[in-house]
Amino acid sequence: MDFGIEHWLCVGLRHHGALLGLNYIDMLDNYLPILLFIIVGIAFGIAPMLLGRLLAPNNPDPEKLSAYECGFEAFESARIKFDVRYYLVAILFILFDLEIAFLFPWAVVLREIGWFGFWAMALFLAILVVGFVYEWAKGALDWE
Amino acid sequence: MNSIMPNLYPASAEIFVLIMACVVLIVDLYCGKKLPGIAFVLTQATLVFGGVIVWLTADAHVALTFSKMFIDDLFGDFMKIAILATMAIAMTYGRSYLDDRGLNKGEFYLLALFATLGMMVIVSANHLLVLYIGLELMSLSLYAMVALRRDDAAASEAAMKYFVLGALASGFLLYGMSMIYGATGTLQIDEIARQLAYHAANKTVLLFGLVFVIAGLAFKVGVVPFHMWVPDVYQGAPTAVTLIVGSAPKLAAFVMAIRLLVGGMFLVNEYWQLALLLMASFSIVLGNLTAIAQRNVKRMLAYSTISHMGFMLLALASGVIDGASVADLRFSVLNAYSAALFYTVTYVLMSLAAFGTLILLSRAGFDAEMLDDLKGLSRRSPWFAAVMLITMFSMAGVPFFVGFFAKFSVLEALIQADRIGVAVFAVLMSLIGAYYYLRVVKLMYFDEPVDSTPLVAPTGLRVMLSVNGVVIALAGIAPNSLMSICALALGYSL
Repeated sequence: MDFGIEHWLCVGLRHHGALLGLNYIDMLDNYLPILLFIIVGIAFGIAPMLLGRLLAPNNPDPEKLSAYECGFEAFESARIKFDVRYYLVAILFILFDLEIAFLFPWAVVLREIGWFGFWAMALFLAILVVGFVYEWAKGALDWE
Repeated sequence: MNSIMPNLYPASAEIFVLIMACVVLIVDLYCGKKLPGIAFVLTQATLVFGGVIVWLTADAHVALTFSKMFIDDLFGDFMKIAILATMAIAMTYGRSYLDDRGLNKGEFYLLALFATLGMMVIVSANHLLVLYIGLELMSLSLYAMVALRRDDAAASEAAMKYFVLGALASGFLLYGMSMIYGATGTLQIDEIARQLAYHAANKTVLLFGLVFVIAGLAFKVGVVPFHMWVPDVYQGAPTAVTLIVGSAPKLAAFVMAIRLLVGGMFLVNEYWQLALLLMASFSIVLGNLTAIAQRNVKRMLAYSTISHMGFMLLALASGVIDGASVADLRFSVLNAYSAALFYTVTYVLMSLAAFGTLILLSRAGFDAEMLDDLKGLSRRSPWFAAVMLITMFSMAGVPFFVGFFAKFSVLEALIQADRIGVAVFAVLMSLIGAYYYLRVVKLMYFDEPVDSTPLVAPTGLRVMLSVNGVVIALAGIAPNSLMSICALALGYSL
């Protein structure tokens, strides 16, 4: 009989799961698409580089190895101190970006959650607007 | 999907504080220049009216709302009033100090209000994630407050340390919560208790989670081995902020311990009692011994906090007596936990007075924080030296001051739980601790003042500090009323 790797994975997990009192096998079913996605993702990232390394002709010369074949040489290291205002903008961006991310699932189920859901989100946005008014009036959005 | 409107009545105080925090933000933004005191006045009004709302909506009925994630009981109401009152006192003390240092900005009051809101959410949490959100709201506000004096190296260092270690502790807590969820299948605190009682939860996962939750909790309370941040934060933060960090959050952390350990995981008490007992013993040793070596009063009080919180945990760890009947168990549990609550409340009162005195001695361009700054206080101001005397005697546990009764009730709980060895050890350690409290008294009464500038503190601070001292003295004369309030508040929730 031929047991595939899947079989041994299942046996191993069942044994481990029994120790912890969890049913991994049911859980695993739910995560199978994610596992496939990860495998395909990794393969998609690695395969072209690998193929390129194996198949491409390799004739280096100094011009080809320089950073760019046009434009300037790099002036200095990119690891310099940034203006603190970049961080401020970045933080504000993350804040409002997350708010948008929160709006998507809300929009999907809006029909089911009805007016209560609508007003709950309105309240959430109102609180965010208070914060937005504050940062605007304090000049956090002005560069100079 | 069921989405009926939740009952907002039990959360009315929190909603009020949230709305007022937004109002303070906007009002200070547009009227802050013209009316510099507006943020202070509005904040105090919020804290006072918030307390009134909690008082008016308090009843013996336990109300659950927001899909049972939010609980409103008498214990919570008592703690919310205590937190609001503590914050109001701290605001009164801190105002002139902040004014003199150019820190009296709207943001300070705003952060204080959000921290208060976070603490109120912790107090009313019946769900691990609600508890976590409250905790983060409180902690993030406190980190920012510690960093308020941002061009000061010590304050920045303190804030950085507090933030990094605090984030780590939050991570611990969340990880522990996820493990508890894995073991019981629920995040709702009363449901966790039910699952543990009626269903076989996986013990390995549960205890794994419990350890992490206790670690997170210990960090927030500031006990060994999670105490590293306490001295640096106490010393580095502006005194007005140290006052806040060292008072109200202890009350919130106490509720967190009660809700998580007693409310949720009472059935595994044999494990967490042991953990608390160990941390408490180490805290008492380290806190008391290290405080002796300190020359900086804020740092000394930080180590004293560590040992006091250790003492409080001793009471929390001695609720259950081996082999007791159910009726006896109820009595001993209530007795021990109300001793812990009484200890926390009186400790907060004393620490307010101690840091209040430091603010009283400070003035523009001068921070009173070394022991030498307290020298000869009795000659500079006999009355406030007496207030500090009461506070120090009380912290040391000298008989007939309130700290004595607090220590006494903790020791009583320990002896009832048959932990006589631990009780003797705790008494010995508090005897050692008495040295550094009494040293402060000696410096105030028997040494010549190093600096004899007259005190310039404003009337509000003087009146509040006097009231604080009188309350500590009165609580020492008649501790029974406060003790029975503590027992009553807890009795309705256990």
